[in-house]
Parts: sequence; C-alpha cells; structure tokens
Amino acid sequence: MAMSDPVISVRNLYFTYADETEALHNINLDVLPNQVFVLFGPSRAGKSTLLRLFNRLSDLTDGTQRQGTVAIDGRDVFEAGVDVSALRRRVSMVFAIPTPLPGSIYDNLVYGPRLAGVRDKVELERRVERSLRQAALWDEVKDRLDASAFALSGGQKQRLCIARSLALEPEVILLDNPTSGLDPISTATVEESLFELKDRYTIVMVPHSVQQAARVADQAAFLLDGELVEVGDAERMFVHPQDKRTEDYITGRFG
Amino acid sequence: MSRQQAHRLAVVVLTVVAAIVVIPIILVILYVVWKGLPALSWAFLTEAPRNGMKEGGIMPALLGTILLTFGTAIVSFPLSIATAIYLAEYAGDNRLTRWIRMAIVNLAGIPSIVYGLFGLGMFVLFLGFGTSILAGSLTLGIMTMPVVISTAEEAILAVPQQFRTVSLSLGATRWQTIRYQVLPHALPGIITGIILGLGRAAGETAPILFTVAAFYLPELPRSIFDQTMALPYHLYVISTQVPGMPLEIQYGTALVLLLIVLSFTLVATLVRTQMRRRREW
Repeated sequence: MAMSDPVISVRNLYFTYADETEALHNINLDVLPNQVFVLFGPSRAGKSTLLRLFNRLSDLTDGTQRQGTVAIDGRDVFEAGVDVSALRRRVSMVFAIPTPLPGSIYDNLVYGPRLAGVRDKVELERRVERSLRQAALWDEVKDRLDASAFALSGGQKQRLCIARSLALEPEVILLDNPTSGLDPISTATVEESLFELKDRYTIVMVPHSVQQAARVADQAAFLLDGELVEVGDAERMFVHPQDKRTEDYITGRFG
Repeated sequence: MSRQQAHRLAVVVLTVVAAIVVIPIILVILYVVWKGLPALSWAFLTEAPRNGMKEGGIMPALLGTILLTFGTAIVSFPLSIATAIYLAEYAGDNRLTRWIRMAIVNLAGIPSIVYGLFGLGMFVLFLGFGTSILAGSLTLGIMTMPVVISTAEEAILAVPQQFRTVSLSLGATRWQTIRYQVLPHALPGIITGIILGLGRAAGETAPILFTVAAFYLPELPRSIFDQTMALPYHLYVISTQVPGMPLEIQYGTALVLLLIVLSFTLVATLVRTQMRRRREW
C-alpha cells in the first residue's frame, strides 16, 4: 500500500438517530496515515457521531440508521463478517471523560491485550512500559503500577486512557475531546504526546477548541449541523478558509 | 412558628414515628430470646423429638431447613442470575421484556401459599416428585426468584455504563464485558439479593406445607426424594397441633428459626458493606 493511500475513507455517509434527527449528511473525507486529522465545529455538528462510526461504537446506540461506507484500509467496516472486536483494537477510542476501569494501572493496560489473546507475561510487560512511555506517563507511575487507576490525577487518568489504547497496538487512535476536563498544563502534556504518536499512528481527534485544532492538526474538517463544510490541509484552512461559514467559526463570529 | 421550631418539631415527630415502628420489632425479638433461651442447648439442636414431640430436640427439622435452603439456592441462584443478566444486558426494552418485567414484579407479590399450591400441582403431582426435598426446593426456589432477579438486575444496572463502553471499545465482546466489567462489580448486590431471598425461604411455612414438610419424621432424609421436617412447619405443628406442648420447646424452636433468618440478614449486610468499602469509584 502506497504512503498516500487513505487509512480511513468515508463515502456518502448519512446517519440518523432513533429520534429521526439527522446527525450526519452526505459526509465524504479521507484520513491519511501518520497525520493528526481534526474534526472541528460547534456542538451538535456530528463530530463525535462520526468518530464513533469509525470503530462501530455507534453500534451501541439503538435505533439508528446509516447509509454509505466507512472504509478502514479499503474495507468497509459495516460489511458483513467484519470482526468488530478486532476492528476496535485496530481503531481505538479515547473518550472525553477519562474513564479508568476498576483495578490497578497495570490491570487497565493489559485488559485489551489479554482479551486479544496475549498471554505471555514478558510481552504484556513490554506493552505496558511502551504504551506508558508513549503516553508520557511512565516516569510518574513506573513505581506504582499496582496502585488503583482511580488514585491518579485527572491528567494522568487521561494519559492512562491513551496508553490503554496504545497497548492494543492500534493503527488509528480516535480522540474525542480528550482534554475537555483537563487543566492547561495537562492539556499541553497530552498535546505534546500527540506529536510523538503520529509517527507511529494515525490520529483522528475532536479538539477542545479552534485554538487546539490549529495547534495540533495536519488535516482538518469543519462540520456544521451534520454537514461537512470544508476539509483539507489544516494550515491552509486556519489561515485562508474557503467557505464563509468556516471563516466565521474560526474567527469566533459564532459557535 | 419559626423555622427553627418547625425543624425541631419535625425531628421529634419523625423520631417518635420511627420508634413506634422499631420498638415492637425489638420487643418481639427480645421476648422470643427471653422465653426461648432456656431451652437452647447442644442436645436441643442435635437430638430428635421424643414422646410426641414434647421432649427432645429439633435436629431433623433444623437439618431439613438447612437442606431446603441449600436446595433453594441451587434452584434459584443460576436461573435468577441468568435471567437478570438477560434482562439487564441483552433484552432491551420492548413489549416482550415489559411483559416479563411485569410478570416478575407481580410474582414477587403473590402470597406464598399460592406457590405452595403450584408446587403441589406441578412438582409433587404432575412431575411425580412426590412430597420431597426436591419438590420443596423447587417450590421455594421459584418463590425466591422474583426477588433475587429484581435485586440482581438492579445491581447489574447500577454498574456505570461507561465501564461497558470502555470495555467494548478495547475490543471486548459483549459477554467478555459482562464477565469482566459488569458481574464483578454487581456481585455485592447480587449476593445480598440471594442471601435475603434464602432468608425468606428458610422462614416460610406455606410453600413447604404440601410439597416437602413432614409432620413428624425423626429419621433423616436419605435422598432428595424423601420428605423432611422443617423448622417453620415444625413450629406451626408444635404451636397448634400438639396439646400440652411445653412452651419452652415452642419458644426455643422459634428462637432457632429467628436466629437462622437474622443471621442471613446479618451476613447479607456484612457482605454488602465489605464489598462497598473495596469499591474504587
């Protein structure tokens, strides 16, 4: 596969919730490998909905309707016979609210790999250390991996959740407003770790703000009321937006 | 009346009402202990009744109640848990599950004698188990199921939704999520429900009346198809059916039954507080 082949490819995607509200309307976009792709826009634009379609967490909501395709590495994730567990290991989600599972830091990190069939203790420990280092949390917790994950601070919890996703050794990491509950210093730490991570992973992120979008994005997509208004190179979009609505949003005229 | 006075009045009224409810219960317990304690002895617990039950102990009835409690647990536990998991995690909300839920709520309110009659018709006669420990355990098991199912379902639903979402997002299947993230945290509530259900089963007379309980049977049961004596029915018998029964033995039997039921409640409370303390979130 050539470098420029998209990792995620969305075509003619429509999505409607049980209450008939159309959350997404004819979305088309490509996410390229080893980039930070940012989905931004006002609330209720459909950003989180779109993110949750990438690894079929959307399945957890009852009564929804969908048209169109979401392809990961060229294969539609909604095709019959797709192993959803395997998909979610390849395309891993970090949620807005840091949610450790009950148990120790170590338990949290090995939960996914163990379910994937990794039994070897050395391999599990390798994954624990590697993912914690990549999430910039290793130095703070290396001496207390057995401590409860709930004893960590908010910023540490969120980096633990990022590490927990990384321990799955995914291709794509989905970040749904991962810094929403964090203070500016923790936010900066998380953002810095993103720059390291994109060497190895493809990152799709719903940012906390336009400012954060501009800081971290390589590619960006602006969504508004379920429609994709503009998509493309982030640097260009944040300096010379092509659509009036994008410009209004970026410059703070609404939203 | 100032706000302060209103507050004080409310505290007084509520305390008095609470006392009116609690004091009779405590008095009943104290009375049974006071009257029954002199009868309690090792011999009372380990000997069979003699001389038309006017002498001797309560061992066959005590053992029968213990056996029936175990039997109830074996019948009720797996079915109730499976039903609760199905209702809470798989069933969703539709016409069928609303009917099932309504049936469970209604079953919990049915008088226990109706369960006894059902057990007689279904297990003793139709299935041909006869008056036996098996028939009695099945009847008691079915009687406790609604309560155990409801408590277990509540305990399962009380596990925060985000643990399920996170678990699924990490590649767990639905069953793995239930197995590793839901059941362990719902366990204290489930166990509490089971123990309280068993406590009720141990103390009930009506469901065992036609299905298992023997009037007087000093021999111990040899199989699950045998009858057995049981404490609640034995208490009923010696209180109403045997003329000239010494009061001491009646109250001693009542005290043992009371202690068994109270110990179930106590264990349930201990389990719950212990496991709550260990909970992290």
